[in-house]
Amino acid sequence: MAFLEVRNVRIAGMSAGVPKRIVNNLEQFNDYSKEYDAAEFVEETGVLERRVDNIPTSDLCVPAAIKLMQDIGWDKDEVEAILFVSQNADYILPATACIIQERLGLKKECYAMDISMGCSGWVYGLSTAASLMQNGTIRKALLMCGDGKRRSEYDGPLFGFAGTVTALAYDEGCGSMKFHLGTDGSSYDAIIIPDGGARNQVTPRSFELEEVNGKMIHRMATRMKGMDVFAFGISIVPKSIRKLTERFQLDYQSCDYYVFHQANMKMNDLIMKKLNLPVEKVPSCMYHFGNTSSASIPLTIVTQLGGKCQGHKSFLCCGFGVGLSWGTVAFDTNDLVLSELVEVEEDKETKWV
Amino acid sequence: MDINDFIQHFVELFDETDPSVFTPETVFHDLDEYSSLMALSIMAMVNVEYDVTLKGNDMSAAVTIEDLYNIVKSKM
Repeated sequence: MAFLEVRNVRIAGMSAGVPKRIVNNLEQFNDYSKEYDAAEFVEETGVLERRVDNIPTSDLCVPAAIKLMQDIGWDKDEVEAILFVSQNADYILPATACIIQERLGLKKECYAMDISMGCSGWVYGLSTAASLMQNGTIRKALLMCGDGKRRSEYDGPLFGFAGTVTALAYDEGCGSMKFHLGTDGSSYDAIIIPDGGARNQVTPRSFELEEVNGKMIHRMATRMKGMDVFAFGISIVPKSIRKLTERFQLDYQSCDYYVFHQANMKMNDLIMKKLNLPVEKVPSCMYHFGNTSSASIPLTIVTQLGGKCQGHKSFLCCGFGVGLSWGTVAFDTNDLVLSELVEVEEDKETKWV
Repeated sequence: MDINDFIQHFVELFDETDPSVFTPETVFHDLDEYSSLMALSIMAMVNVEYDVTLKGNDMSAAVTIEDLYNIVKSKM
């Protein structure tokens, strides 16, 4: 088992950018499934609406980062590292983190790296960034997590776009972040976009619709073995939390907030029930934003806990999904700054390559 | 574990299906109300009531309610 404990790094603030365009699943279901209608889908998954537009992940993260740096009073010259966690980078190459360094006007003495992870990505990104910073040589870093891209209606009514930013600061004596991280690559195809990578490069056939489990999708859209992912989520999350709390001798029921990846309501309700957690301590944002991949934990904190994080707060968070991969983290905050949600419109003016 | 209790849990999930339809021999995949979303509800019910985690293959391998009951029983 992969356990980590990282000291002297605290989360100073968080922000999130989402497309301004709202898609309501009751109004735009587009005959997504032959098995169920829009109302059944919304009732069962808990996803009423999502934010989707022609906006890549980085265009959601950059304005959110500018807003957050203003809110926490950081000078851009102080930021020494950017980690960009996404499965929708701007280009196959170069790394999007490099482009963001320039867009934010950060100095060139900047560690910048992309990490390709999905629903567990915020926890993995946090573990990577905090580990880099724990000896104090890098003192301020931005962790950006999320997914967005040129619009594809075939990605289905479960998923929304978001780009989040977590500001991390070296702070001696602030306590520690405690992690449990795991992987099961035997189910790599449980959630997969089959084409577009090196194994199956893009061809015209990649965009031909085909029926997969009763749904018409192409090979550049996300396909998911929903039942297997459901089984994975309801079993791995309670196990990972119990392992973390046993390893570090924590009383998991004493945390202020439990924030889980926003997969679907039925799964999260069951996880909450199995862990015997009170609903008021388990915020959720999937009703308005859907499943936003690696953005879902920070997006939930930004949109649901604004005004509730003054003083000391303790968090237990778990991300789980594509990989299959999972990560649980326990951390404390002190006067955590949460920026107001940034709504982003499609940029039709900038000329990108 | 009792098949009648198992069937009763099934009945409670299907709001729009006549309870008399549910027997050990019922081919639950053929019920109008059954869908992949309903399958998740069945998996959740089994997890809560029997502490057993079913996978997609288990759901597709079971033809009747009794088949699924036997799969759950074998995993306990």
